[in-house]
Amino acid sequence: MNDELRAPIAFTVMGILLAIVGFTQSWSVSLSIINLCIISSIMAIGVNLQWGYGGLFNAGVMGFTALGGLTAVLVSHDPIYEAWDKAGVGIIISTIIFILSITALLFVFRNIENKQIRNTLIILIIFFGLIGINNFYGPSINIIESIDPAKTGFLGGLGLPIIFSWLIAAVVAGLVAWVIGKITLRLRSDYLAIATLGISEIVIAVVKHEDWLSRGVKNVSGLDRPVPYEIELQESQWFLNLIESINFSKLEAINSLTSRQDVLNDLVISSSGIFVKLCYAGLFFSVLLLIFYLSQLALNSPWGRMLRAIRDNEEAASAMGKNIFLQHLQIFIIGSAIIGIAGAMLTTLDGQFTPGSYRPLRFTFIIWLMVIIGGSGNNLGSIFGGFFIWFIWIEAEPLSIGFVNMLAGGLEYDNPLRIHLLGSAAHLRLFIMGLLLLLALRFMPKGVIPEKIQKK
Amino acid sequence: MLSINQLSVNFGGIKAVNNATMKIEKSKITGLIGPNGAGKTTLFNIIAGNVTPTNGSVFLDEKNITGLQSHELFNEGVLRTFQLAHEFSNMTVLENLMVVPGSQSGESIFNTWFKRKIIEKEESIIREKAIEVINFLKLDHLMFELAGNLSGGQKKLLELGRTMMVDAKIVLLDEVGAGVNRTLLNDIADTIKKLNTEKNYTFFMIEHDMNFLSQLCDKVIVMTEGSVLVEGNIEEIKKNEKVIEAYLGRDDNA
Amino acid sequence: MENFEFINAIVLLANFVLVPALSYGSQLALATLSLTIVYGVLRFSNFAQADWMSFGTMAAILFAWLFQSIGITAGIFPTALLALPFAIIVTALFCLLIDRSVYSFYRKQKSQPIVLMIVSVGVMFILQAIVRFIIGPNDRKFFDGEKYIIHALDFKNYFGLEEGLTIKSTQLITVIVALIAMISLFYFLQKTKLGKSMRAYSNNEDLALLSGINPEKIVIVTWIISSILITTAGVLYGLDKSFKPFTYFNLLLPMFAAAIVGGIGSPIGAVIGGYVIAFSEITLTYAYKKFFVYLMPEHLEPSGLMQVLSTDYKFAISFIILVIVLIVRPTGIVRGKII
Repeated sequence: MNDELRAPIAFTVMGILLAIVGFTQSWSVSLSIINLCIISSIMAIGVNLQWGYGGLFNAGVMGFTALGGLTAVLVSHDPIYEAWDKAGVGIIISTIIFILSITALLFVFRNIENKQIRNTLIILIIFFGLIGINNFYGPSINIIESIDPAKTGFLGGLGLPIIFSWLIAAVVAGLVAWVIGKITLRLRSDYLAIATLGISEIVIAVVKHEDWLSRGVKNVSGLDRPVPYEIELQESQWFLNLIESINFSKLEAINSLTSRQDVLNDLVISSSGIFVKLCYAGLFFSVLLLIFYLSQLALNSPWGRMLRAIRDNEEAASAMGKNIFLQHLQIFIIGSAIIGIAGAMLTTLDGQFTPGSYRPLRFTFIIWLMVIIGGSGNNLGSIFGGFFIWFIWIEAEPLSIGFVNMLAGGLEYDNPLRIHLLGSAAHLRLFIMGLLLLLALRFMPKGVIPEKIQKK
Repeated sequence: MLSINQLSVNFGGIKAVNNATMKIEKSKITGLIGPNGAGKTTLFNIIAGNVTPTNGSVFLDEKNITGLQSHELFNEGVLRTFQLAHEFSNMTVLENLMVVPGSQSGESIFNTWFKRKIIEKEESIIREKAIEVINFLKLDHLMFELAGNLSGGQKKLLELGRTMMVDAKIVLLDEVGAGVNRTLLNDIADTIKKLNTEKNYTFFMIEHDMNFLSQLCDKVIVMTEGSVLVEGNIEEIKKNEKVIEAYLGRDDNA
Repeated sequence: MENFEFINAIVLLANFVLVPALSYGSQLALATLSLTIVYGVLRFSNFAQADWMSFGTMAAILFAWLFQSIGITAGIFPTALLALPFAIIVTALFCLLIDRSVYSFYRKQKSQPIVLMIVSVGVMFILQAIVRFIIGPNDRKFFDGEKYIIHALDFKNYFGLEEGLTIKSTQLITVIVALIAMISLFYFLQKTKLGKSMRAYSNNEDLALLSGINPEKIVIVTWIISSILITTAGVLYGLDKSFKPFTYFNLLLPMFAAAIVGGIGSPIGAVIGGYVIAFSEITLTYAYKKFFVYLMPEHLEPSGLMQVLSTDYKFAISFIILVIVLIVRPTGIVRGKII
């Protein structure tokens, strides 16, 4: 297949698939899928930068996503003044003690030669650090969590518009990536995978259990929106007028005024949902375009060339003066920042922060599928991968149920085998994912839209 | 210019380099020979920052460069080529050269977004230089060819070309003639000579091909079993009994 | 009274920390051994290993049910032990099939370890699907036979203490079976020709091939040994606690942590790592309040739970340890030398 045509064909196919869903299921469903596809594509671009260009296997994608979501909460939720008044200071002090202790530990570890002194200092720092933290942390948490636990029970946030959180999430994720990168990037690639997986586990564990920070598994709902609420739309005149004029002919055809009004009402309600989703899609798509544009700009410049050289032959690149570690660190940070943005967008879309929904291994590997099948080393490929794989993941369940229904068609309704098969249809999704990955790696390792080797 | 003092490295009980001491003079071409396993490439790897020595030091003029990492040594002007050509195979010959200069504005990601004009200017300067090098090496017909598709000898020329993109103080050549056909070998020898006379490059080269060496080297150092056996000009070396013994091994049974 | 307080404290610790940690540690050690052997010989991190554990245990459960349905049991021992050899055979066969159809292609191409790792992720998904499809995602307890060796109540009555010690038969079985497995493995690796060939191959592939070792044979033996170990670990774990695919899947992370902490590629390291992780998880999340209450004079008794980390973080502990080890001593406790 002509390389030039791959991208247009792939995206056209994607568009057709989404249109089919729109027609056969509903446009609302199709738009929901599109929104998540866009978010997945952004995540895939982040991972692609790290893997396709940096050769770094980041298995901690979910951790950064969770950080992004946490940022969305911490930026947009109103502050709980009572909690801050009573225990804010305690939390700040214990955080400072924590950071100081870790810095002290690292300092001692790196700079003190004498083993005796070093080990004694380490034990002392840990001991006093723990006491200090316990002293302030424990009681503070209890106070915070006891304030109206059903509705809040946490510190709240900054009360800023949620859209700010998207940018702030990039900074937060980037900072965490910096710390993680400094520790793990000197390791071999399979160690890096396991280490990033582990750290993301820790992040998610913290987010799930530190109620004072994010309400833990009680979730934070009712987050601010950057787009109108359906109710608002249904009550605004301009929207009603809009819907009426779009459906003019259809409404005219109805004779009875009361039923015309009913139909209009129904249309307004369903259209408001679609309108909201379209707004999100517009927002998300703009972010995707911006990120895509910026990465392409960077990749098609000497910076990109340098990365390709490092990827091609690390030893030679090092001998030619490129600082491998720093470059890897930089791209790890940039990729993670992008993943953080996607995480904040995801929580914005959901309108709530549900720590329990971040299941590391499962979703991290779906993002990997997107990058690999889409085409690693090519951002367009990642976008396609994001759309395609997410689409399959969502549609796989109803499709498998349909498929199993077809297979088990001959069996009676209460046949245990049939019941078992129907119940297991959901698992077919996993099988499809695994099979797709294996087939892609074997027969199309460069992906659907592979990286173009430039020969300017 | 390069002074190596009592350099040693242990690899699990084997002293690959054992108290090696030598001085490489500025603006000269110095050869390094010795039987297999003498520690020549290991010595290069230590100087070039790929291996950390257990003892000893390396000085570049007055500066102690022992233990510096490869990319730091590049910035000090110490460049090297590899025994097995280390070209960037999926990049064109032109790109292989253009990627070399350090501190390019274009290599900072923020600049790629905010300082595009500056980058464009620098790129054209770098491109001009790269084309100069390509012409010097007579590789112009291969400018847009992927480096991986070049012949062995052409890859070696390309590696030499990379060192021409910056002002190198000293270039370490690790068997630059290995696996190269006779015509290209002459081209390479010519290039080295030209670089030495026209651009004052200092060369330190590991070689097995005596003819190749005799065209080029002012002085030759012989290494065996990790340390220096003897130094001198190539005629003296060829006749030196100890050298012959080192290469052929002892005749008598110990 | 003083003496009794002290003994009570010890029994408390033994009951809630020592015995469970020994048991979990043995199970984890076996699982980690299987992971590290694949790493050492086949040179890649097998992300599917925890789901092989699920698969093997599922096979054992199915065989056990089969046996029970035709009236065969093992008396005081769990029927699953009888089913174990059959489960191992099925698992090993399937494992070899997967190797032939999936991994061997990349081996022939001499693909980088990271590619094999990503491939193993695909295998992981497929195994997960198969296990859930066949046996469902729910919790299954498949223990039968005599449950307790010592029960806390009897212990308390016999010794007249406040604290009782319970030792479940599964815990004893675990330690014994694990010991047998480990000793046999080490004997195999050190004393038999095949084992020595495996070690040679792992140490220096080219040299080993030159001395006439058949690589195909090594690969097959490696997968077989890995299957034996992982199925055994899975059955022991499931008998002791219960079988749930999701729980087993979550063991992947402690397994990797144990392998790296102990020194990846080293069997001894795997065993040490397994126990280190198990003991850490349990000792760091146990609430020592009662322990101190026994030991301290009344006015010094603690009011808080005296937990280092809350049980919520049990899962994250393996990682915290892993990250610390990676910073402090990346080669692991036993310098990760290949077998």
